[in-house]
Amino acid sequence: MKVHGYPLSTVTQRVLACLYEKDVEFQFVNVDMVAGEHKSPNFLPLNPFGQVPAFEEGDLKLFESRATTHYIAHEYADKGTQLLLPGSNKTMAVFQLWKEVEAHQFDPPSTKLVFELRYKPHFGMTTDTAVVEEYEAKFAKVLDVYEARLAESKYLACDHFTLADLHHLPTVQYLLGSSAKKLFDSRPHVSAWVADITARPAWSKVMGMLKQ
Amino acid sequence: MALKLYGAAMSPCTSRVMTCLHEKEADFELIPIDLFAGEHKQLPFLAKNPFGQIPALEDGDLSLFESRAISAYVAEKYKEAGHDLIRCQSLKEAAEVKVWMEVESQQYHPAISPIIFQFFAAPLQGKVPDQAIIDENLEKLGKVLDVYEEKLSRTKYLAGDFYSLADLFHLSFTYYFMKTPCANLINERPHVKAWWEDISSRPAFQKVASAMTFGEKGN
Repeated sequence: MKVHGYPLSTVTQRVLACLYEKDVEFQFVNVDMVAGEHKSPNFLPLNPFGQVPAFEEGDLKLFESRATTHYIAHEYADKGTQLLLPGSNKTMAVFQLWKEVEAHQFDPPSTKLVFELRYKPHFGMTTDTAVVEEYEAKFAKVLDVYEARLAESKYLACDHFTLADLHHLPTVQYLLGSSAKKLFDSRPHVSAWVADITARPAWSKVMGMLKQ
Repeated sequence: MALKLYGAAMSPCTSRVMTCLHEKEADFELIPIDLFAGEHKQLPFLAKNPFGQIPALEDGDLSLFESRAISAYVAEKYKEAGHDLIRCQSLKEAAEVKVWMEVESQQYHPAISPIIFQFFAAPLQGKVPDQAIIDENLEKLGKVLDVYEEKLSRTKYLAGDFYSLADLFHLSFTYYFMKTPCANLINERPHVKAWWEDISSRPAFQKVASAMTFGEKGN
């Protein structure tokens, strides 16, 4: 298996987290995004949208991080951490639902905040405080729903860690290093869940890659 | 027992689920939610979707929201009936379907949705469509459609030579898009145009499209 990606990229980290949880061998191929390698003719056959990550296993080529994690979790269902919610169609539906919530409710405001609060300073740009205020308010409403859900369920889809939780890791980690951390801290169930998922050994391995 | 779908026949997200239900020949009841009265932002609907958005689905004691999650559930539950939307027999084909479902969700939808909002929803709030937002998103959508044009020159549908949930997910928003002055983005790309004509002529979608009259006089 090969993952073509960039270690600082949240979407690359999402796939790496999944691979480490499943304890499978893979080769990481660095894509130099600063040099625009992801838009180059060499890379585009791997992802026609010119985005990281891209994934290869034999002649199977995949892109879109959540489709990739889905494939890995199914193909290697018997290895490592159980990231799916096997059982009835009903339990799988609840699992699917919370993956959609991450993609459509959590991701838009949180990635906007990561861009303003982490990415811009890193690249010498100025944070737009009006945008931060607007998106913190939106993100807070989403986290209120999460607080209610996590008060009745230990993890988002059920009582164990699944892809539905894993998909949040990269963005959550970035926001923990920003002023938006206060939004987690003021919600006890969200805060406990954030502490729990970011302490997982597989996630520490992903963070370890950043130090190389 | 029939499934209960809470939503509005004109709404693209509700229509997404209804198209899937028709493809799977599943019995369901559409329970209208009055958007103009704000019914989706109050109890009892909020108990079905805490994000206050339609649609929501009930199947016995199972309560779901997010149209794509609901559709995936329906496609799985009724996999023996109607058209195989998720390629149950092949993990590799199923993975390709997932890729293009994600593409619809992460690439296509963010570009097309603001355009639909400006043409259909903004006027209801007493606003004129914002051309700057429309133009910005048309440019993004054009780039996405360039990728689709290339892919559809190699395969008949998005995930392969088979119609799947990935194609279905595009139907309802694109249907409204084709009613705007921007339909040329689809019509100017021959493979995309052929694909659109094919998928939008499927009987399951035709049943749903006839009620998709948002923005027409009298509605």
